[in-house]
Amino acid sequence: MVRWIVIAVLVIGVAGTGIWGYQEHQEKNAILVQAENTYQRSFHDLSYHMDLLHDKLGTTLAMNTRKQLSPQLAEIWRLTSEAQNDVSQLPLALMPFNKTEEFLSNIGDFTYRTAVRDLEKDPLSEKEVERLNDLYEKSGTIETELRKVQNLVLENNLRWMDVQTALATNDEKADNTIVDGFETVEKTVKGYSEGSFGPSQTGTSKENHPYQFINGEKIDEDEALKKAKELFQVDNDKEVTITESGEGANIAVYSAAYNNDNGHGYLDISQKGGHPLSLMVNREIKEQKISLNEGMEKAKQYLKDHGFENMEIFQSSQYENVGVFNFLYNLNNIKIYPDSIQIKVALDDGEILGFTSKDFFRNHQERQIPDPELSVEDAKEKVNPNVEIQDQHKAVIENDLGEEVLAYVFLGVLGDDTYKIFIDANTGVEAKVEKLKNAESKFEDSI
Amino acid sequence: MNTKKTIILLILAIGTITGVTATQTGKPVEAFSQQIIQQGAVGEDVIELQARLQYLGFYNGKIDGVFGWGTYWALRNFQYEFGMEIDGLAGTSTKQKLAKASQYDKNFIRQQLDAGNKFTYYGGTPKENQVKKGQNKNQQKGNQGQAGQGQEQPQPEQQGQESEEGASAQPTAVNVPNGYSQNDIQLMANAVYGEARGEPHEGKVAVAAVILNRVESPTFPNTVSGVIFEPRAFTAVADGQIWLTPDDSAKVAVLDAINGMDPSGDAIYYFNPDTATSSWIWGRPQIKRIGKHVFCM
Repeated sequence: MVRWIVIAVLVIGVAGTGIWGYQEHQEKNAILVQAENTYQRSFHDLSYHMDLLHDKLGTTLAMNTRKQLSPQLAEIWRLTSEAQNDVSQLPLALMPFNKTEEFLSNIGDFTYRTAVRDLEKDPLSEKEVERLNDLYEKSGTIETELRKVQNLVLENNLRWMDVQTALATNDEKADNTIVDGFETVEKTVKGYSEGSFGPSQTGTSKENHPYQFINGEKIDEDEALKKAKELFQVDNDKEVTITESGEGANIAVYSAAYNNDNGHGYLDISQKGGHPLSLMVNREIKEQKISLNEGMEKAKQYLKDHGFENMEIFQSSQYENVGVFNFLYNLNNIKIYPDSIQIKVALDDGEILGFTSKDFFRNHQERQIPDPELSVEDAKEKVNPNVEIQDQHKAVIENDLGEEVLAYVFLGVLGDDTYKIFIDANTGVEAKVEKLKNAESKFEDSI
Repeated sequence: MNTKKTIILLILAIGTITGVTATQTGKPVEAFSQQIIQQGAVGEDVIELQARLQYLGFYNGKIDGVFGWGTYWALRNFQYEFGMEIDGLAGTSTKQKLAKASQYDKNFIRQQLDAGNKFTYYGGTPKENQVKKGQNKNQQKGNQGQAGQGQEQPQPEQQGQESEEGASAQPTAVNVPNGYSQNDIQLMANAVYGEARGEPHEGKVAVAAVILNRVESPTFPNTVSGVIFEPRAFTAVADGQIWLTPDDSAKVAVLDAINGMDPSGDAIYYFNPDTATSSWIWGRPQIKRIGKHVFCM
């Protein structure tokens, strides 16, 4: 009897310990994942901030007016402190990473000093511009190195927790790619540390304005279905399903989806007026048969067929075998940046795979654009003389305050980079400077 | 007799005319493929275009097969110098002029690209002096030779007969949307795959769009990684599913979202009504349902 009781107690004890142990293990794992996520976040943030830093330094070089320069320098200062913060969050305590931090604080010091100075009275000296140039180049190198490490981390699913363990145990055999990568970054910076130092499409609308160009009568579901079939170019009723949007939507839409052997499609049309707002077709894309240029012609034709007049090609890019085209509304030779439409074309047979006119319907309106007070020549003088101007046009853009302004846009080259410089056509203020993206090298099993 | 003579003459004349045109157009057609090359294009024609422009000293950038701004200005300057219409498009006449004025050593370029060497291709300088070898594997251009696994590369035009003599030159760079790096796209693809695999395409694009809407929103972090790794924001991040290897469809969805697609209707939240327990999330104004997710403001 006593023996059985003892056995029962022991069994319960063992089972209890097991359960407790399992719970502990679960908790430990949850905490590990959380810690890992924090590290990952700091790391990806760091590389993003370095990207941004590099771009901002570049735009600073292309700027001319002091009014823009001070906030820009302050912004760089802020970014360096963010990046420094990111670095300090990484589990690199056991690794010498101080040169990179030093480099960042060098940039920070330099930009702070120049940002708080009255640049109107005391502009940047030749030497300071040179220094800025230097910092720009160096940040570019660091950016590339960091991106390489980042690519490896993503490609091979590397864990920062492992890095920490590897560093702590000094285990040479473990996969130390991250450590190696960071050592390269560190080495890159070392050479410079002494004596030297934005994303998105500029001018387009950042804010989600209410849709102002949606007009017409409300259409019912049957009409929506008919329109959807037309846009999808399918005849079969059964293949298309229609749903209505809920109350939270900014604009009431019918969403239609279809599924057939050829692929899958989805679109939104506004309930009022039945305007197509977006269309997506997802299917396998075969080998490229038509050129980007022919793809653009297809996109132009599509716009014409759907009643969008005066749209003009603004940007085109090829991603593998699809072409993505950005069109802008053109009003008497003035490009209206906020009124944009994007179209995606398959480069195997020229089918329209994507279409979005949300920006267009949000921002398009009848505009009265008075003649600018400044002439092109006047505006040109406001551009940094180091920038070699290659092309120019007039445009309506949205400034930092979200107001539409008329601007002269100059495309110019400084060093190896192309910049877009926006000069307000009435006030002559340098409204914006944007560095245009270059192609990015492929990273394939580098390092 | 007279008619016979005229006929013979005619035949002769036609013969010479076609002969002449054949020799005139023959070479340039061989040089490029038929397409009009425009900004943003990727592929072998672009490599040739860049090489030829560099040969003439107009292009100083890297020969990488992506028609970017550098190539665009180089082409325009070429058109200007040669008295042509300046449109930045490499059409038939531009290509002919280019082919006439420059030389293109296809094999040399391909070798350099394959080996990942840093090189230039200026005319008048011995080619051998323009290659910087000894690029260890730390250098930017990865080994293009062993590419092919996973990384789909844009297939350049191969309609010509050129492809017979072996592999064609592959671009060493890719277009990236303004403001995003390849790594940003990869990270987003990870998140989208972890959150929305098994959803229809629009469901994936919508999740990617929500991430981007959050980056824009003042109440959320301002970076893609900040949004994704924000504590308690995405379940796939909290339970580690984000580290599953994403498939291509996730990447396509991310690119669609970056290029402006937003089937979610400007949503900044979404939830799965079958599993969501928080009453707060149910109280958000709902926009629409896609697949198993409800998107809301």
